[in-house]
Amino acid sequence: MKNTSDENTIIHGVSRREVLQGATAFGALAMTGLLSGRPAAAQPKQGGVLRIGMGHGATTDSYDPATWDQAFVQVFATARHGYLTEVAADGSLVGEVAESWEASPDAKVWRFKLRDGLTFHSGKPVTTDDVIASINHHRGEDSKSGAKPIVQEIVEMKAEGDDILVFTLAGGNADFPFVLSDYHLPIMPSADGKIDPTSADGCGGYVVESYEPGVRAQLKRNPNFWKTDRAHFDGIEMLSILDAAARQNALVTGEVDVIDRVDLNTVHLLKRAPGIEILDTTGTQHFTFAMDTRVGPFDDNNVRMALKYAIDREELVEKILNGYGAVGNDHPIGQSQRYHADDLEQHSYDPDKAKYYLKQAGLDNLDVTLSAADAAFAGAVDAAVLYSEKAAAAGINIQVAREANDGYWSNVWMKKPWSAVYWGGRPTEDWMFTTAYASGAAWNDSFWENDRFNELLLAARAELDENKRRDMYVEMQGIVSNDGGVVVPMFASYVMAHSDKVMHPEVVGANWTMDGFRAVERWWFA
Amino acid sequence: MVNSIWLMIAQRLGLGLVTLFVISLLIFGAVELLPGDIAQEMLGQSATPETVAAFRRELGLDLPAHERYLNWLGGVVQGDFGNSLANGRPITDLIAGRLGNTLFLALYAAAIAVPLALVLGILAALYRNSWFDRAINVFTLSSISFPEFFVAYILIFYLAQSGLFPSIAKITPDATLGEKLYRTFLPALTLTLVVTAHMMRMTRAAIINLLASPYIEMARLKGMSPGRIIVKHALPNALAPIINVVALNLAYLITGVVVVEVVFVYPGLGQLMVDSVSKRDITVVQAASLIFACAYVLLNLTADVLSTLSNPRLVHKR
Repeated sequence: MKNTSDENTIIHGVSRREVLQGATAFGALAMTGLLSGRPAAAQPKQGGVLRIGMGHGATTDSYDPATWDQAFVQVFATARHGYLTEVAADGSLVGEVAESWEASPDAKVWRFKLRDGLTFHSGKPVTTDDVIASINHHRGEDSKSGAKPIVQEIVEMKAEGDDILVFTLAGGNADFPFVLSDYHLPIMPSADGKIDPTSADGCGGYVVESYEPGVRAQLKRNPNFWKTDRAHFDGIEMLSILDAAARQNALVTGEVDVIDRVDLNTVHLLKRAPGIEILDTTGTQHFTFAMDTRVGPFDDNNVRMALKYAIDREELVEKILNGYGAVGNDHPIGQSQRYHADDLEQHSYDPDKAKYYLKQAGLDNLDVTLSAADAAFAGAVDAAVLYSEKAAAAGINIQVAREANDGYWSNVWMKKPWSAVYWGGRPTEDWMFTTAYASGAAWNDSFWENDRFNELLLAARAELDENKRRDMYVEMQGIVSNDGGVVVPMFASYVMAHSDKVMHPEVVGANWTMDGFRAVERWWFA
Repeated sequence: MVNSIWLMIAQRLGLGLVTLFVISLLIFGAVELLPGDIAQEMLGQSATPETVAAFRRELGLDLPAHERYLNWLGGVVQGDFGNSLANGRPITDLIAGRLGNTLFLALYAAAIAVPLALVLGILAALYRNSWFDRAINVFTLSSISFPEFFVAYILIFYLAQSGLFPSIAKITPDATLGEKLYRTFLPALTLTLVVTAHMMRMTRAAIINLLASPYIEMARLKGMSPGRIIVKHALPNALAPIINVVALNLAYLITGVVVVEVVFVYPGLGQLMVDSVSKRDITVVQAASLIFACAYVLLNLTADVLSTLSNPRLVHKR
């Protein structure tokens, strides 16, 4: 009940009638559970300072987009910066700094037209040089950027006239404009072909007033912001509140207006508090158990299939996510995505089938070790233990190895043969597959190679015909699901909470937490 | 004899410097032993071999460990703690504000806890074995036995959710002293509850210990009131152990309050240290741990000087 397949956002505790009666009635009928409707979008109003309590943030954070890795810096970046493109709340792509774009027939050369008259907070106009420098920050030998792999496909960037930018790619990519919406790629002012990674200057809706990494950021509205229907708050105050209970207390006692990462163990209690609304979105965030398909026993697909049938997905969604999520089907494409394979057979818990596949592999029982730590995702160790309990019925003995949170990504992930993994997800099928499933990809964490899949991946990437693309992506999801080295048990919702004074549009972005990081721009006070 | 105290201070300061040097070596070695380095930890899941290598080159992490340590030490000797490896900010700036916050909270908590513990300890000694003594003991021992975050949550539940005090200790640089005291009252109260028992019990025990001495017996025979005996005769002789316990607890208030900082979102040194260790930002870790070590060295020294001064037999050596 916590999510549906055709919508990516649900607002809890509000019935249609209340909404029609007006915004003041919000939340009065909290706890009614299922909804019959969604709030009619009221006209956004200007004003107020939005105070956000974020569950991330560290003293080591910085203004350098190369090292951004969590929601505090991501939301903060989106508040002050503009990007070439933006993933809208409904998952489609709209222009931001880029006004329009067009591709060559082979999708290899892309021409972007920049919007006229944009300026940075400092007053400097946004030029093609700034865009090129902003992207180049992530390219080349000396790049330490987490975004280096995604801009690697760019062979050349050059300006044509004042406002046209031409990207030449190594191969065709029909989804290339989506890549430019990545949170690592804000447009920053440049000097001598380089951006200053210690500068807060941007062309977004808010201007930074003060920032203390790991503690707090304060911003005020950019009076020259080009979007007239966005950035409704006079100011933004972001606080880093790492402790889940402290975050909830801050919301309940009115110290902040919005919090993210609501503790799923106590969300039912928070829901009962007066004047508080829970908001959850299910998009592309998913949790996986990745096997190294180069080594035994995982090199045998029968073993992989046995393991896929030995996990109780419903139970994991119910117990680990407290219902805030959806079951996965052993591929990384979410139900709300454009080319999701709706008709693909759903893998479900079936010990007999698991036994059958073990037999096919010539085994009576199986001993495997699953490495997990809560650094992989919250509840990963518990999920692994539940998996182990259920798999025993199929003669599969899963030893759960509890690893240290510290250094998990450098010492366990892609080092141990089978480990728990977290994926924030990517807005397009191609991006997700290219990142973690393509042959030789840096983060192909199952070291999986499938010729047909790799062939389809290249063909689909350059294909501009919708229907042909859809067929290819559906086939690829089938291949990953039935041959891939990754068990994808569940898609996890982003769960946030806000006071009933905070209003948001009907459709809330599900691509990332906090309305695709853009709550600061899209939301308003009643 | 006053000279001998100065000599002792000089000796102890010299030894303190040696201690700091050893600690910096130990910390450096310990962080080196941790799996992963700052490049891997900062990039996390999105690390690739090339980007990690580029990161290391930029920070000079490709140099051997002893060279990096000597470079760092050379800077520190000249008073330059260097920059944070993670975001390039000068460490002196980074730490100055945090240290100020930590000291403020520690002093605030101590200003409540020390007088409270002494008074309660004296009263408990005075009315030893009475219901009052027992009640005080049960209360302080229970509050020290609960984990800090639990005490903090209980206080938030009763004092913050009712709206009396803010649940997060948000400090802005332009806040007035009154505002600061109000906003940090709950963390200070939590720390008070955590440290009071130790000091109070030591005060009580030290005084009761002395009450069996012949000179107290004498005072009692003179017809002195029990309160006067304790304050005038017992307390001055019990000061040495009490001062030591107070110093230990002060040091704890400066170095060990990360849990309270997290629960009340208070930007102190503890959280800085935790962030820096988890990202392997070794220059910041070194600077923060040197400050913590200094706190222990200086407070212990102060305690020793004060307990020497409180004991005429040590001051007037023959």
